[in-house]
Amino acid sequence: MQQIYYLDNSSTTKPCEEAVNAVVDAMTERFGNPSSLHALGFEAERALTNAREQIAAELSAKPEEITFTSGGTESNNLAVFGAAHARHKRGHRIVTTAIEHPSVLLPMRQLENEGFEVIYLQPDKTGHITPEQLFEAVNSDTILVSLMAVNNEVGSILPIDDARAAIDSAKAPALLHVDAVQAFGKLNLRPGRRGIDLMTVSSHKIHGPKGVGALFMRKGVHILPRTFGGGQEKDIRPGTEGMPAICGFGAACAALPDADKERKKIAELNTYLRTELAKMPEVAINSAEDALPYVLNISAGQVKAQTMLNFLSEHHVYVSSGSACAKGAKSYVLTSLGLSPMRINSALRISFSRYNTKEDCDAFLSVLKEGLATLQKA
Amino acid sequence: MKEIILIKLGELVLKGLNRRVFEDTLIKNISRRLKPLGKFDIRSRQSAVTVTPLEDDVDFDEAVERVSHIFGIATYTRAGVTEKDMEQMKAVTAEYLRRKLLAAKTFKVEAKRSDKKFPLNSPAICAEMGGYLLKRFPNLTVDVHHPDVTVYVEVRDFGVYIHSSPERGAGGIPVGTGGKAAVLISGGIDSPVAAWQIARRGLELTAVHFASPPYTSDRAEQKVVDLLSQVSSYAGRMKMFTVQFAHVQEEIRDKCPEELFTLLMRRFMMRVAQRIAVQEDCLALITGESLGQVASQTLQAICCTDACVSMPVFRPLIGSDKVDIIDTARKIDTFDISIEPYEDCCTVFTPKHPCTRPHVDTLENAEKLLDVESLVDECVRTVSVRTIYPR
Repeated sequence: MQQIYYLDNSSTTKPCEEAVNAVVDAMTERFGNPSSLHALGFEAERALTNAREQIAAELSAKPEEITFTSGGTESNNLAVFGAAHARHKRGHRIVTTAIEHPSVLLPMRQLENEGFEVIYLQPDKTGHITPEQLFEAVNSDTILVSLMAVNNEVGSILPIDDARAAIDSAKAPALLHVDAVQAFGKLNLRPGRRGIDLMTVSSHKIHGPKGVGALFMRKGVHILPRTFGGGQEKDIRPGTEGMPAICGFGAACAALPDADKERKKIAELNTYLRTELAKMPEVAINSAEDALPYVLNISAGQVKAQTMLNFLSEHHVYVSSGSACAKGAKSYVLTSLGLSPMRINSALRISFSRYNTKEDCDAFLSVLKEGLATLQKA
Repeated sequence: MKEIILIKLGELVLKGLNRRVFEDTLIKNISRRLKPLGKFDIRSRQSAVTVTPLEDDVDFDEAVERVSHIFGIATYTRAGVTEKDMEQMKAVTAEYLRRKLLAAKTFKVEAKRSDKKFPLNSPAICAEMGGYLLKRFPNLTVDVHHPDVTVYVEVRDFGVYIHSSPERGAGGIPVGTGGKAAVLISGGIDSPVAAWQIARRGLELTAVHFASPPYTSDRAEQKVVDLLSQVSSYAGRMKMFTVQFAHVQEEIRDKCPEELFTLLMRRFMMRVAQRIAVQEDCLALITGESLGQVASQTLQAICCTDACVSMPVFRPLIGSDKVDIIDTARKIDTFDISIEPYEDCCTVFTPKHPCTRPHVDTLENAEKLLDVESLVDECVRTVSVRTIYPR
């Protein structure tokens, strides 16, 4: 089989063997409905409990604080609408950032139509939001603060602790929601102890199957459901549990290496790539020095990202332009960082996983050089 | 920066000559609960216990959470450790308490200096630190009466600890300092709370559960395992005995007057539990009964159930209202498990009109219709046992 160099792990990751086995097991052996009262149902319920515990353990949370959903998008929608609608009598301001994922931003637009006042904090050139911005925006009328732990396009780390401090300081009746899709498994997230009320995580970014995610809801936090049905997931997200994907998600969590140690390894790859790229005058780096090392956003010369992406792809090197969801549309994240149009149009995102090696970096570097040499002539 | 857990002991300090035993047991209990998380140095010094992680990658948050469940601890707090140097103390305080100080509007500093060699005395430390924090955090003003945040600076012989607002610990006496008792556990709301209360008074627990398959399911038994494992996060690991009880219940149903069913069943439970308790060196039985809650928990009924055993029976909830019991169950996280809707052995075969004012003679007469001894023997013979570990 052709060797591929997969450096697009912020879009999705290759499922790990443990996850694949768990999916197969749930589809062939333990296929019962967890709500059935017979032994097969009980076995499925145990598998469900087990998966819930595996995810809880990764978050240092209690199993009952984990609600399964169909993925990051649904978790974000549930958190944002669920929190806003549960608290609409206590205030009407919502604070978020301009660089959130569309599954937060579009619900926010919807909430604006419903009459909520939404403040979109603007990042600086490297994708950072400052504590001062949060303290200024959060007032006693604020009912929800939603920000991502790590930006998906440039990897900047957002100040969650300061968001909590801002809420406490304003004595705001606000819930704190964190979209941690890009940070899960990569930073040690302990939402319960950092004062996070709601947190979104997704399976397919950590080598689990697609179609499943979870919403962490701190014990005692109440939000309104978006779906109504047969009582599963404590009525917050009813529907017969998607067992194969859930079991795969649990197994992928259990297979995660220690986040801090792994991040150091990835940081070495990142540093290597940065050092080599620094030698190429036509390449500019868009990710901040202190960004999560798993993501590296660069602008490469005068070549449109799509063209470079196709060139890299022909040589079996896979990266993305902006986020995968955007499908090549001009990045609103990079736009809000205030980068020049050329830099935005030529932006590539390299994103790592634990399966990457220096070899992948070298393949990328050599094809990129070749690409710059041939494509810029045209 | 190094972080430790600083623990202040509860009633323990009152225990004259036994104090050493209590402290040793507490330290043993803490180390047992923290061992799976990595290496810790746990020692008692200057009327406090300090827990210092010896490895970088221990889950410190989880360690704190676990400590919060250990009996014998009055208060605990996470503290930053620094050198005995005023500049370093300031820098560490600003960093370590940053989030709290940012969120606060008012604060005060409290200093304790047990190392009298430290050049500044307590009021001087307060003034230095207070002045620095005021400059560093423009959002703060001083309020010595009702501050949002109190910054504690403890200068001890072996280092300086920085912390704010100690949390209340689980209280009570260290488990294992008072002997062992057997708790009858059903899966309801009350018995886990009763078990927790008694463990809090220093007793080690053994659990006895009555299962009645096919009238009750594996799920009902799993529920009890889950409950006990939650209780054991406070009470330490314990043995759980599962008694096969359906045969006894069928015998009572078939041979005795219906209105006496529950009471006769309770008497069997007490007898079986006592037999297991004796084998396990337990000196008392524990039940979750609360006066008047149901027909088998009237004064007369309790007299009748007590009459068939010789061991003391502890009923810590006897005078508690249901709402108070529920509050405690929520606090110790057993409530949500208890309300899972599975039939347990107490809810099968319940009589339509149970007798609320029974007399021992009536019950003893009814028992003549049964072979009590051999039924109890059979229960004890077929009992299964497993070990419950903390959740």
